[in-house]
Formats: sequence, structure tokens, C-alpha cells
Amino acid sequence: MPARKIAVCASLITAALIAQLTVLPRLRLPGSTPDVILLVVMGLAVAYGSTTGMVAGFSAGLATDLLPPADHAVGRLAFVLCVVGYLTGLLRDELRKSAPVSMGIVVGMTVVGMLLSAGLGALLGDLTLSLTALTRLILVAVCYQVLLSPFFIPAVLKLVQLTEPRDLLSEVAR
Amino acid sequence: MLRDTRRTRVVLGVLLLVSFLLITLDLRGGEKSPVSAARGAALAVFSPIERGASAIVRPVTGAIRSGWPGSRNELTELRRENAELRRELRTTENQRHRAQQLDALLRIINLGHYRTIPAQVIAFGNAQGFSWTVTIDAGAQDGIEPDMTVINGDGLIGRVTTVAPAAATVLLAIDPTSSVGARLAGSAELGIATGQGSQPIKLQLLNGQADVQPGDQLVTFGSDGQRPFVPGVPLGEVASVARTPGALTRSALITPYVNFTALDLVGVVVPPVRKDPRDALLPAKAPIQPEQRS
Repeated sequence: MPARKIAVCASLITAALIAQLTVLPRLRLPGSTPDVILLVVMGLAVAYGSTTGMVAGFSAGLATDLLPPADHAVGRLAFVLCVVGYLTGLLRDELRKSAPVSMGIVVGMTVVGMLLSAGLGALLGDLTLSLTALTRLILVAVCYQVLLSPFFIPAVLKLVQLTEPRDLLSEVAR
Repeated sequence: MLRDTRRTRVVLGVLLLVSFLLITLDLRGGEKSPVSAARGAALAVFSPIERGASAIVRPVTGAIRSGWPGSRNELTELRRENAELRRELRTTENQRHRAQQLDALLRIINLGHYRTIPAQVIAFGNAQGFSWTVTIDAGAQDGIEPDMTVINGDGLIGRVTTVAPAAATVLLAIDPTSSVGARLAGSAELGIATGQGSQPIKLQLLNGQADVQPGDQLVTFGSDGQRPFVPGVPLGEVASVARTPGALTRSALITPYVNFTALDLVGVVVPPVRKDPRDALLPAKAPIQPEQRS
């Protein structure tokens, strides 16, 4: 992996982490907070493909697991975001085709991510959340993700394009 | 069109295996595992960043919430002056709000004879991670240790879990893994209050025949050795009581006194508390209207 790619991924993930942990909760949005980290991982997977997507997802997840104030088993979100990065990378061509399809993929990834996370949590005894609470959280998260992704994922793509225009062009042409 | 290669699958397999390994290490290792050390290190490294970001964001969100004047670029002298005055007013508003929080905290500290370490919430846990935790900007250097009680002027917030030199993680009372021993004010009925995330706290009373009514107030019972919870901290009010005939315990839903989405100033109680304050810290109960009774 070229150093520039690593730098882009690392800085985007760091920015997302700071936004997620300190900025967004203070806005006191109704229901929950939007999951910016998931969106950044999805954006990187679309830009670079599934291998980078899952490495980025794994690193972002591991960072979220370790960083304060996380308190669940370390590795849970790393697992989840790794899977999300991989799947998004696989579906990257579909994601670029049409708006409804990409919306569907975003919704699917959000639901898959949260169900995986909840499933792992339940399996490990970390999580004892009732089904209604879980459904509500997932619904709120899906709403935020659908609202944010049309701006967010293209923004990540644009940023990536700015940093390495030639590489991306060659990838698209391939 | 799906693009997948052997190499990608191998990398995926390795990464997922590593995640599982980490999870196992973390769950098996307990306090002394390498994962726990990594978590402490991450807390120490990241908390200054969180503190900085939080210091920048707090006044800005405060301003947004109280309404930023919309037409600042129409630069007539009067408008600028008006905006200036408004900003000043908001700053005072912000300070007044902080002073109110401090007053409330001081009241509880004085009434309960608690010794506390003041702290500021600098980061909130990710709701998508299904955990309700916050980071505070005080740590081992300030005398904070794991399993200390965290309160604010309204009541119980939670307990300290991980401690770094200058920051600590607090598990909120609404987290599904958090259980607090609770006592009904004015009686000796005991129960266990378990968090349910964004939904009300669930209380299970040990006595199935306990006389509990909506509006009844709850305080912490206090743990053995006052860790993780000191006695007498206000917890919340009973919102509704579930009637399940034949059940061994009686359960109720609790509305906590603390607004967990708007945490700012907190106090970490240093045990021991010399005397159980009993029900002295509870806020005055609103008189029940006669029409509500009938």
C-alpha cells in the first residue's frame, strides 16, 4: 500500500473518530448520533476497493474499540467494520451506478453492521439490550445514514481523487 | 459485478481472526491483560485531543442552540453592535448555566458530606457501539481510581471504569451492563436498577410485595466498602410499576434525575463517605394534584 494512501485513510479515520466522539454528541441530535466512522469506511472502500476497505474498517474499528470512552470487548467493532469495508468494496461498482441502488446498499450496510455488532455483543454477554430498543436504534441509524451518505461518500471520493488523481483514473479505466 | 480475489479473502480471514483473538484476549485477561494496557494507553494519548476538540466545540454548539443571528454580512453599524451585544449576553448565559450546574453539585456535596473531585465530560461513547459511556478530563493524577461513584447536581451518573493519568472512562447508569443497588426513599425496600440504554432504567425490587407507587423516589443503597457506589445519591423517580402476579420480584421503570444526553460538569466521589445521608439529597417532591389522585 503506498504511503499516500495510508496517510489519506489514517487522516480521514482520525477526523471521523474525533467528530464521532466529541463533536457530534454535543449537538444533541434526536434519537442517536450518526455513525460517521461507518460512512468514512464505506467511502474508502468505494474509492480503493475491498482490500483497503477492510483494512481501513479493521483499523477504524480497532481504534473505536480502544479509544475512550469505549468499554465493550476490544475487537468487536474491528470485526464489524472489517466486514462492512469488505462488502462495500465488493459492491463498489453498484454503489456508483444509481442513487436508489446505492441508498439500498447504505441501508443494508448499516443494518448488517449494527446486527453484527449486536449479535457479537449478545454472544459475548456484553450486551443485554431489549429487542425494541435495538430496533429503534437501528431505525434511527438508518435514517441518519440515508440522510448523510449522499453527501458524505461522494465527499470522501472527491478527497481521495484530489490526493491521487492518476491512480484513481487508471483504476476506473480498468 | 463482484470483484474478489484469493488475496482479498486471505486478508479478510486474517483480519477477522485477529478480531476474534483480541475479543478473546480482552474477555479472558481481565484487568491485567495486554488489551487492557492498550486501552489505558489509548485513553492517555487520545484524551488531550478529545479535550481540545471539546473545548472548541462546546461554546460553538452552545451558540448554535441559543440561535445564531442570521444576517451578519449586512454590515450596518447597528446590526453589528446588536450582534456584539447578543454574543455578550450568550456568554453570560453560558456562564450562568455553568454556575447553576456548579451550585447544584455543591448543594449535593455539602448535604452528603461527600469529598469529590470535579471533572468535565470531554467525550461521549458511540451509541452504535451499544454502550453508554463518557470520558472525563480527570484521572489518576487527580486521585481518581476505578470503581468510584460519579455524580452531578441532579444525581447519579455512573461509576469509573478505566483510569489514565489525566482522563477516565465512566460507565453511565443507563448502560445495559450497569447495575446499581437502589433503595426506595422513606422505606427500606431494596432493588437493583439496571440500565436499558436510551429507554428508562429498570428496577427490580427484591420484595415482591413491596408497596411502590409512581412518583416514589430512589437513592443508591451503597456498595460494600462504598465501591463502586456510595450511599444516598439520588437516582430517579418511579415512572410506572409492572403488575406481574406470581413473580418473585416486582419490577418498575425509573426516570433518572440526570439528563444523560446533556452531561457537562461532574463530580467524582472519593470514598469513604462518613455517614449515609439517607434521603437528604433528594429534590423536593412536587405536590400531587388532587385530580391526579382521583
